Amino acid sequence: MYAFNYQKAKSVADAAAALAKNPDAKALAGGQSLIAAMKLRLAAPAAVVDLGGVAELRGIKSDGKNLVVGAMTRHSEVVFSDDVRKAIPALAHLAGEIGDRMVRNMGTLGGSIAHNDPAADYPAAVLGLGATVETNKRKIAADDFFKGLYETALEPGELITSVSFPVPKRAGYVKFKQPASRFALVGVFVADTGSGVRVAVTGAGPCVFRVPEMEKALASKFAPESVANIRIPDKGLNSDIHASAEYRAHLVTVMAKRAVQAALG
Amino acid sequence: MGSLNFIGASVKRKEDYRFLTGGGQYTDDVAPERATYAVFVRSPHAHARIRKVDTAKAAKAAGVLAVYTGEDVAKAGINGLPCGWLITDVNGQPMKEPPYPVLAQGKARYVGDRVAVVIAETYNQAKDAAEQVEVDYEVLPAVTDTASARKKGAPAVHDIAPDNTCYVWALGDKAKVDEAFKAAAHVTKLEFVNNRLIPNAIEPRSAIGAYSRADDSYTLYVASQNPHVERLLMTAFVLGLPEHKVRVVAPDVGGGFGSKIYLYGEDVVVTWASKQLNRPVKWTAERVESFMSDAHGRDHVTTAELALDKDGKFLAMRVHTTANLGAYLSTFASCIPTILYATLLAGQYTTPQIYCEVTAVFTNTAPVDAYRGAGRPEATYVVERLVETAARETKIDPAEIRRRNFIRSFPYQTPVALLYDTGNYEATLDAAMKLGDVAGFAKRKEEAAKRGRLRGLGYSCYIEACGIAPSNVAGALGARAGLFEAGEVRVHPTGKVTVFTGSHSHGQGHETTFAQVVASRLGIPVEDVDIVHGDTSKILFGMGTYGSRSLAVGGTAIVKAVDKVIAKGKKIAAHLMEAAEADVEFADGVFKVSGTDKQVPFAQIALTAYVPHNYPLDKLEPGLNENAFYDPTNFTFPAGSYVCEVEVDPDTGKTTIESFVAVDDFGKVINPMIVAGQVHGGLTQGIGQALLEGCRYDPETGQLVTGTMSDYCLPRAGDVPSFKLDTRETPCTHNPLGVKGCGEAGAIGAPAALMNAITDAVGVRDVPMPATAETVWRALASKKAA
Repeated sequence: MYAFNYQKAKSVADAAAALAKNPDAKALAGGQSLIAAMKLRLAAPAAVVDLGGVAELRGIKSDGKNLVVGAMTRHSEVVFSDDVRKAIPALAHLAGEIGDRMVRNMGTLGGSIAHNDPAADYPAAVLGLGATVETNKRKIAADDFFKGLYETALEPGELITSVSFPVPKRAGYVKFKQPASRFALVGVFVADTGSGVRVAVTGAGPCVFRVPEMEKALASKFAPESVANIRIPDKGLNSDIHASAEYRAHLVTVMAKRAVQAALG
Repeated sequence: MGSLNFIGASVKRKEDYRFLTGGGQYTDDVAPERATYAVFVRSPHAHARIRKVDTAKAAKAAGVLAVYTGEDVAKAGINGLPCGWLITDVNGQPMKEPPYPVLAQGKARYVGDRVAVVIAETYNQAKDAAEQVEVDYEVLPAVTDTASARKKGAPAVHDIAPDNTCYVWALGDKAKVDEAFKAAAHVTKLEFVNNRLIPNAIEPRSAIGAYSRADDSYTLYVASQNPHVERLLMTAFVLGLPEHKVRVVAPDVGGGFGSKIYLYGEDVVVTWASKQLNRPVKWTAERVESFMSDAHGRDHVTTAELALDKDGKFLAMRVHTTANLGAYLSTFASCIPTILYATLLAGQYTTPQIYCEVTAVFTNTAPVDAYRGAGRPEATYVVERLVETAARETKIDPAEIRRRNFIRSFPYQTPVALLYDTGNYEATLDAAMKLGDVAGFAKRKEEAAKRGRLRGLGYSCYIEACGIAPSNVAGALGARAGLFEAGEVRVHPTGKVTVFTGSHSHGQGHETTFAQVVASRLGIPVEDVDIVHGDTSKILFGMGTYGSRSLAVGGTAIVKAVDKVIAKGKKIAAHLMEAAEADVEFADGVFKVSGTDKQVPFAQIALTAYVPHNYPLDKLEPGLNENAFYDPTNFTFPAGSYVCEVEVDPDTGKTTIESFVAVDDFGKVINPMIVAGQVHGGLTQGIGQALLEGCRYDPETGQLVTGTMSDYCLPRAGDVPSFKLDTRETPCTHNPLGVKGCGEAGAIGAPAALMNAITDAVGVRDVPMPATAETVWRALASKKAA
């Protein structure tokens, strides 16, 4: 790790100001990606602005229609939240599938989606549920938020404050884990929402994406067999030592089927 | 006093209080005053000419005390690292032994090769300055793949081996084997890769060199499995230092699995540099350094054939293996794919003719050496995959085909040089089949099918040779070291005992097992015995711990020393009780005159030896302290039967292990709990090899692709089932404890059992290791297509 300046932010405004002042500064959420990269000297921010003390970024609220999760809410808080388990059990399940206990006790929702690792779990839920990402500047629809490999709609100095998940009729998430990292080799989030069915895939491509063909099929019949024969093309999918694009494409179908099954309970 | 026999008791580990409460003292915990910190500059290229190393900027960086390059160590007269075993090839020529410099000279030969070292006041300063060392590399084409190393046009790793061949070696009568194959009713042939593994001990390698100007001596603290061997190799061959002026301490060591047997360049550099700077020099590997620079394991490409008669009797075996040795010859690299591999190909069977030819190649990869099992897992994989496949092809039940070929009379001379002293292979197979309820398998398979799962069962009946010996035979085969062990039993005046052993514990629990052995033999409580290891200034000599040798070889040396103590005690007792020495017997901690009620306890004899007032001083020296060296007459031959059941999810190809049974014959078991722990660890590593682990280098660039924990998959607790274990005992016939060794068995036997189960579930001849979900899914797809 290289030496860096550390600043503990007191509020969102305080953090935003610190980040605006120094373009080489990085916001530190749970640190489960950033700290690891810094330790390997792959990331070398001149300054780190720690959001860990900003109380307004933390917490879970539910009004029955929307579940609002603060950006600095730890994965483990989502896992064990009665509000989440009641409103969107698939989201609690997803959070419980992230990394290991240590990661879940430190990692945050905001950190995960701001980083937008192509194999992270949360982007699948955010996109799959059609959530709204709230920042210190604006509201961004999930469909507009994830832009590409580690790329989001966030502008420099823009901080996620919370994510608002519309409560679906039913939803399911099934993940096939990359055995070493436990990231998603392929993870599929399926949600039957008031405004239609959404299917979001993580791990398979450079960025989380939806599968309209599956959404259409599920809209006419929400059952595993509806997606059993829908195979997405290999083209553009990730191919690495852990899985070929062909295998990932195959897994999308299998995981989608199982996610529908999970949603049906 | 019968309660003071601890043989076979699950005594809780004496060392665990220390380890569990953070009281362990590992090399990196040693904090000498005025310590400096070393960081090695490593080659980012698999193969490159080093045109120039410019250290000027780094040398001026904050806190930097010194920067050394290959040129500097050459100028200082530091030799390369030696190889401990000379293999003679099929033409009677010695193997090719290219120089293995402690810092690269002229060329870097693998990603991670040491090019320079920066030593600074703090670790971070050294690390920052290491980035300032400017190395002008001319990148050369690299070869990392075992099968490609000898292909025409492959880049030569060393000039002295233009075809990248270190040796071609063979064992067995080729003509007779070929003849037997011609007469065979059936031949089974398999081609497979034994995947390359990265050891990953939890404690990374670490070394601290400390020079003392006061007496011109050195101390090297190092995470090592064998400090005396490390000292001998370093002083006699590399640094040319007087051996008595160098102390090597291997304190608590957090796992080795073979990777800490070897003398590494880092150890030499910190020792040498500590004199140059007249300050201690400390180095601890980061995990990424461990991945790229610890000696790796396995990495064979093999074609194996088994010839059978019409009744399923094995007639002959023919094996051709290419073994990857990496870029340089590590300390014992050359004997692993030869002496410790081909000799095991008889397995548990009476196969009368066996021929094995091994081609060892250099590649632009980290050196490859012994890793838990070392040659024997590779041999077991060959034998047990062949046998299971032959059974399926000939439609003979896989257990039955093994029974038809088991060795049943001992001693048994195999056609591949080993003489098995004892065993009962059918007993472990029977027990394993019962424990695994093989009879109920068909029903379970049917039930699994209803759930859409493919269930398979596989066996592995392994044998291993432990406690490599005797020294003279090994010497004739090329060993450049002895293979004995030494021990010392120091009885204190109060009858408490300190035992000094040349074995080294780095997770094995010697402090408990050895104490049980000594306490039982002396009839005293286990708490009264302490075991000391890992320090050349305390231990008289030691060959260290590897090859499951510690109890069989090191334990026997201790027993011999204990017996000398008892013999001397008898003399003292005879004097005290005014009896003839021949009439004194020793049992349960008491010296007695036979046929009388006269007796003296052990502690009183100890006190008398140190307060020799009433003592035969004219005939006997005072004191009670004995040494012994033990050179075994033969290997020991642990063996066992494993039965594994898996289920494969045909949609994803993912395998889950539903049941794993291991019935082992380790001879006499001293501490069943510790043995079970060793088996659990071994099985888990074996399962790791079969299912999860596979070191990969990029074939184009030679970069290590699996260089972190998120790309190299080590097994976790959730990846393995709750093991079902049992033991059978046929005591070893040539050591007094009757013990054989248990440290490697699991890693040796497990991969074949698991792969036999997977291939059974999928219904194909072979699935390559590691059997990742995609690999199995592809095997299923290819079967469907066929």
